[in-house]
Amino acid sequence: MRKQKKSFFNRIFDVFNVFLMLLISFICLSPIVHVIFASVSDPKRLSLHKGIILKPLGFTTVGYSLIFSNSVILLSYLNTIFYLVSGLIISMTLTILGGYVLSRRNLLWGNVIMFFITFTMFFSGGLIPFYIVVTKLGLYNSRWAVILPSAVSVFNLIIMRTSFQEIPENIEESALIEGAGHLTILTRIMVPLSKATIAVIALFYAVSIWNSWFNASIFLKDRNKYPLQLVLKEILVMNDTSQVVTSSSDTTALNTDIYKPLVKYCTIVVSLLPVLCFYPFSQKYFIKGVMIGAIKG
Amino acid sequence: MERIKKDWKKNKILYLMVLPVVIYFLVFCYAPMAGIVLAFQRYSIKGGIFGSKWVGLQNFIDFFNSYYFFRLLKNTFLLSFYDLIICFPAAIVFALLLNELTSEKLKKFVQSVSYIPNLISMVVVCGLIIDFFSSTGAVTNVIKMLGGPNGNLLGMPQYFRSIFIGTNLWQYLGSNSIIIIAAISEIDQELYEAADIDGVGRFRKIIHITLPSISSTILVLLILRLGFLFSVNFEKIILLYSPSTYSVSDVISTFTYRKGLLQFEYGYSTAVGLFNSVLNFIVLLIANKLSKIYAGTGLF
Repeated sequence: MRKQKKSFFNRIFDVFNVFLMLLISFICLSPIVHVIFASVSDPKRLSLHKGIILKPLGFTTVGYSLIFSNSVILLSYLNTIFYLVSGLIISMTLTILGGYVLSRRNLLWGNVIMFFITFTMFFSGGLIPFYIVVTKLGLYNSRWAVILPSAVSVFNLIIMRTSFQEIPENIEESALIEGAGHLTILTRIMVPLSKATIAVIALFYAVSIWNSWFNASIFLKDRNKYPLQLVLKEILVMNDTSQVVTSSSDTTALNTDIYKPLVKYCTIVVSLLPVLCFYPFSQKYFIKGVMIGAIKG
Repeated sequence: MERIKKDWKKNKILYLMVLPVVIYFLVFCYAPMAGIVLAFQRYSIKGGIFGSKWVGLQNFIDFFNSYYFFRLLKNTFLLSFYDLIICFPAAIVFALLLNELTSEKLKKFVQSVSYIPNLISMVVVCGLIIDFFSSTGAVTNVIKMLGGPNGNLLGMPQYFRSIFIGTNLWQYLGSNSIIIIAAISEIDQELYEAADIDGVGRFRKIIHITLPSISSTILVLLILRLGFLFSVNFEKIILLYSPSTYSVSDVISTFTYRKGLLQFEYGYSTAVGLFNSVLNFIVLLIANKLSKIYAGTGLF
């Protein structure tokens, strides 16, 4: 396409541009690389090091054995998996149901319901009324308070609806004539035909559930219901590793302070790993999802 | 009436299917909207929402007259405005430069990698920011080597905004540019080929072909972004701010959170939250109107 002879200036630009883009990629990745290498570094050398770590300083798995023998972190990890699975089931069911019904064209109240839903994207009652409503429902300190209040994303619902709308009407009509009910049409025809979009939405939900912490932080009191991110918040933001370090093995009793950073980095790695491992296989779906959403939204 | 009956008969199953979704929005979005009445009350736990004392607009008057009002408004606006004038153009430049890469593989790689920070949880991002900008942190060390300031940078009011915006750039460059990259990829390649035949240089192609072709996309994105001028990333600020930086970091939503959930002033806090919601909504309506006038499309 652009096979013309390139001028000297153009070549310089190309080199500069490649360099800049690689630099940006490096900047995007370096904090993650830093954390991964720091998590296996020798804690003494780690405490003396200045700047970004680009190769492991020695090698030790003490940090990982500390956190894997720690009941607080393990429990919160299991909690997050529980929230992820149950949240995904509820979110996907509601989004698919809503997306399907609202994609039907001959529904008298369809547009009203659609407006009713999209309006919530632009106006909300605010934090305190939300908090009071959830508390009044008896959800305070309940696991449901983590799963239910943010179960449906309007953005995802719109993506789902658009995808169902694109399926030719006559497929549905012929199924209706043959006596199939809406539930059958949805599960036998619509869902299989929209597999790709459903995967995108499930990914969006999964990442947001995995990463969420705020609702848990205002509604949960029992530490044994905490999701991983909330424990991470204590360790990383409030810099409080006492729950983790003191309650675990005896090595730490010798010198807890020196293990603090190691525990920090190891927990970050453990929380990031599922997302990062999954990303290379799913990144094209993420980008596609954002684009469908953008066109519709 | 006849139509309603007929529709119900025909589509009963569909309405039953959408019912759980409607209930969800009623309970978790509309019930809190009804809770806005709290803003006009002096909330007492004994009285609850229906039995508390009415105070009219007193909560709002208190807020407008308080020392915090202008500070919060200014902080909210500035954090959002700086983000807009730095991160928005950066995403466009990034998309343009990415498009100039000759290797498709490298292009894909850079785009995928730039999206990764967006997937990292806010807690971890903020944990990293706190760690990197602490007095012994990796970034602080680099800044010190370059002759910059020293110490716990995040705790210093004069650096809070820079850190907030700078890390926003890192977090969202990839996701902000996705739509622009998509718009560029949809430009008719024949335009470039024709320009090549005429011997038009690379930069003139960017200025005369690429930019005009994506200008409507950019305009829509810009106007939508303007619609969110008074909403800032609440979770990020809560995780990063501290009393020492409240003078620049405290925004309307974080103030609502502190007043309401930490100091239990429900009525007052709801009033402040409602002020923010209404402000956001009005700005969004104006932006949408502008978008319809200048770009031909709007959000609704």
